[in-house]
Amino acid sequence: MSFNLVVPPVGESVVEVTISEWQRKEGDFVDKDELVVTLDSEKTSFELPAPQAGVIKKIFKKAGETAPIGAVLAELEPGARPAAATPPTKPAAAPAAPAATLPPLSQPPAAAVGAGMAAAPVNPAARSLAAQHEVDLGAVTGTGRGGRVLKEDVQRTIETRSIPAPAPVVAPAPAPRPTGDRAERVVKMTPLRRTVAARLVQVQNEAAILTTFNEVDMSGVMALRERYKEKFTEKHGIKLGFMSFFVKAAIEALKAFPAVNAEIRGDSMVYKEFYDIGVAVGGGKGLVVPVVRDADKLSFAALEKTIAEYGKRARENKISMEELQGGTFTISNGGVYGSMLSTPILNPPQTGILGMHNIIERPVGVNGQIVLRPMMYLALSYDHRAIDGREAVQFLIRIKECIESPERLLLEV
Amino acid sequence: MTDIYDLVVIGAGPGGYVAAIRAAQLGMRVACVESEKALGGTCLRVGCIPSKALLESSHRFHDAKHGFSGHGIKVSGVELDLPTMMSHKDTTVKGLTEGVAFLFRKNKVDRVNGFGRITSPTTVAVRADDNERTLQTRRILIATGSTPVSLKGVTVDENRIVTSTGALSFPEVPRHLIVIGAGVIGLELGSVWSRLGAKVTVLEYMDRILAGMDAEVANAAQKLLAAQGLEFQLGRRVQGATVQGNEVVVEHANAAGEVTTTRGDRLLVSTGRRPFTDGLGLDAVGVKLDGRGRVEVDGQFQTNVKGVFAIGDVIRGPMLAHKAEDEGVAAAEIMATGHGHVNYAAIPAVVYTFPEVASVGKTEEELNAEGVPYKKGSFPFKANGRAKAQRATEGFTKILVHEKTDRILGAHIIGPQAGDLIQEIALAIEFEGSSEDVARTSHAHPSLSEVVREAALATQGRAIHN
Repeated sequence: MSFNLVVPPVGESVVEVTISEWQRKEGDFVDKDELVVTLDSEKTSFELPAPQAGVIKKIFKKAGETAPIGAVLAELEPGARPAAATPPTKPAAAPAAPAATLPPLSQPPAAAVGAGMAAAPVNPAARSLAAQHEVDLGAVTGTGRGGRVLKEDVQRTIETRSIPAPAPVVAPAPAPRPTGDRAERVVKMTPLRRTVAARLVQVQNEAAILTTFNEVDMSGVMALRERYKEKFTEKHGIKLGFMSFFVKAAIEALKAFPAVNAEIRGDSMVYKEFYDIGVAVGGGKGLVVPVVRDADKLSFAALEKTIAEYGKRARENKISMEELQGGTFTISNGGVYGSMLSTPILNPPQTGILGMHNIIERPVGVNGQIVLRPMMYLALSYDHRAIDGREAVQFLIRIKECIESPERLLLEV
Repeated sequence: MTDIYDLVVIGAGPGGYVAAIRAAQLGMRVACVESEKALGGTCLRVGCIPSKALLESSHRFHDAKHGFSGHGIKVSGVELDLPTMMSHKDTTVKGLTEGVAFLFRKNKVDRVNGFGRITSPTTVAVRADDNERTLQTRRILIATGSTPVSLKGVTVDENRIVTSTGALSFPEVPRHLIVIGAGVIGLELGSVWSRLGAKVTVLEYMDRILAGMDAEVANAAQKLLAAQGLEFQLGRRVQGATVQGNEVVVEHANAAGEVTTTRGDRLLVSTGRRPFTDGLGLDAVGVKLDGRGRVEVDGQFQTNVKGVFAIGDVIRGPMLAHKAEDEGVAAAEIMATGHGHVNYAAIPAVVYTFPEVASVGKTEEELNAEGVPYKKGSFPFKANGRAKAQRATEGFTKILVHEKTDRILGAHIIGPQAGDLIQEIALAIEFEGSSEDVARTSHAHPSLSEVVREAALATQGRAIHN
């Protein structure tokens, strides 16, 4: 009985993946859990292992093609490794065997029978829904036991099919073609770009996003950093950057204004009593936002190390799906690209996002004198459904205070 | 040559005896150690089975006195013959426990009478009277079940102050039975004696009955049982009980600490059960317990000691006979073939009051706590033809489904035959079905099961008869 290699559900918002590379080809034998193919999803790459041992009979999707969640990538024929390359074999499970030949205690569970067999059973509601939407049940991969097709499998197929290639904003009436050399280049959006697009539109539709601004004098933090940078590097083996200060300051502010560390769930406000801070880092595929877990429990050095490690892994596209999920608040930094001022978009279901910007010497009034100070604009975009304007403004002021007088972080005042 | 077993099961309750038989079917040489003379454990001897016999008999008695007239049947001189009722109960129990002994013989499971103690991962010492013998084995399965928890200040004598065991064998109908604990056992046995004529007062520590079950259903159950004559006093902390001649005096306080005294002639303590591992020798072989005295097991029912397994009430999860049976089968299959299966999301639970209360899967409270978006569909029995014909129209069925996918997450029924009706939803959950799957399945008319279908339709706002 053959079995299928299917695209697993990789994340809440991921609807399809791109086949990056096949590690094995048709006719190859693969062991259970051996990596068979590399897939690219919206923000990360991952490798798909074989659900059980067998020989790859047919590959349906070539590298570079896209496939929806649940799609069949390859068909495999279960079987033992060809004799030539036999590793030390485990005894096959022998149900109802006489006592003398009982398998040893440590034997791992035998693999389940292959999913997605040709004539997988279909639940009645799934059959009805498929008929209504003219879905070919043969093309739906059942996720129920034994490959049973559930109503939700058909729902997913319909949704995947009907996800609009986002934002043909207004299909413009074909404009009169300008004369002369006006060439266009049409490039298909990557799954990453399309998911991002769909998500951005979704949050704009659902949340009441508003942005409040402030500016912060960076001289305090810069002086502190100047004074201790060598000692810090010597002791911790990592440079003291600005991010750790902003993460610490943000957590101070989140503790003071819990509605910013929260989400709206149905009719309820859900306040998070932990601080998992998403920190935007530049990656090979664009800006990604890996989550620093329990950031309130980390030292400056630990924060810097975690963020630096994420930065390194982002450049190698090695950040996993889990590491991108479940943050309670996000810090974005357009300043590294030179942004002066921006209005960041929320990362749902979070209610707030802090935008950092570039540091520029600007004339400011201090004690009646105009002096030059290294200044940064700060932006907080927030979901006005969850957070009052007063709270948002004071949240930002709290960050400003902690950055301008970093000793406040120490004293928690 | 010494006999070496493939498996020694300690305990012949529903978990242990089923595991022993399944293991024998799979070709293992199996012994089952039980200290009681009769097989079947708490469930068969002094739990589920005898209580169901009394619930059935007392319901018929009550029905004859109060229910028949509504059907146009006049009866007079209805009398209770408690000794015969008790002997029906005993015959039922005897038939089933002997049935287990027969199944052991049929499947060549060695029944070993005595108290089992684990002396090493491969030996079990069995003490019967003054003799001790040692069984050699490759594996051990702990299936020792549970025992009633004791309550501070209340000393059980199984005469005036009893556990469920004593409450199944009162010599006469109590004048006033006081029950501590409004859980399954308290409500079932309270119902039995109330129907037979006792005044029943239920004292409960929490401010609701049937803790852990769906609150809406538990609330409805409280109202219906109160209408039948059970008196509920909630939020009561029992401070002590004393026997004074033929009387039991119970002192209990409310949240403010104000003490009230209730006098009755019998007291049932049904405040829960704890895993039973006393004298099992777990210390000696280093089997780990968790903070609540339960044997810790991994996903394969193996303890931290290789070759020593555990199932049923003695491990985590609901203390239910069928849960123990399922685990017993799975554990035996894991030992023999490497894999077995228990779906904890689809284990039904039933309270055999009248009407019955039954539940499977998640409660509304659990879904809210987990933040799962859900829809519910309810349908009352009073709109069902079969229920009307039975004059049993109290109660409703409630089905909870995922808001988006329509996948069934839980169902809660209070009503006639709820314990049988719930099984349809347990099957649907096992098959990962949606409420629409249930609604699309033909249901016989006129049957009580139509209420389940209507509740499934109601999740989509499409109930026909409401």
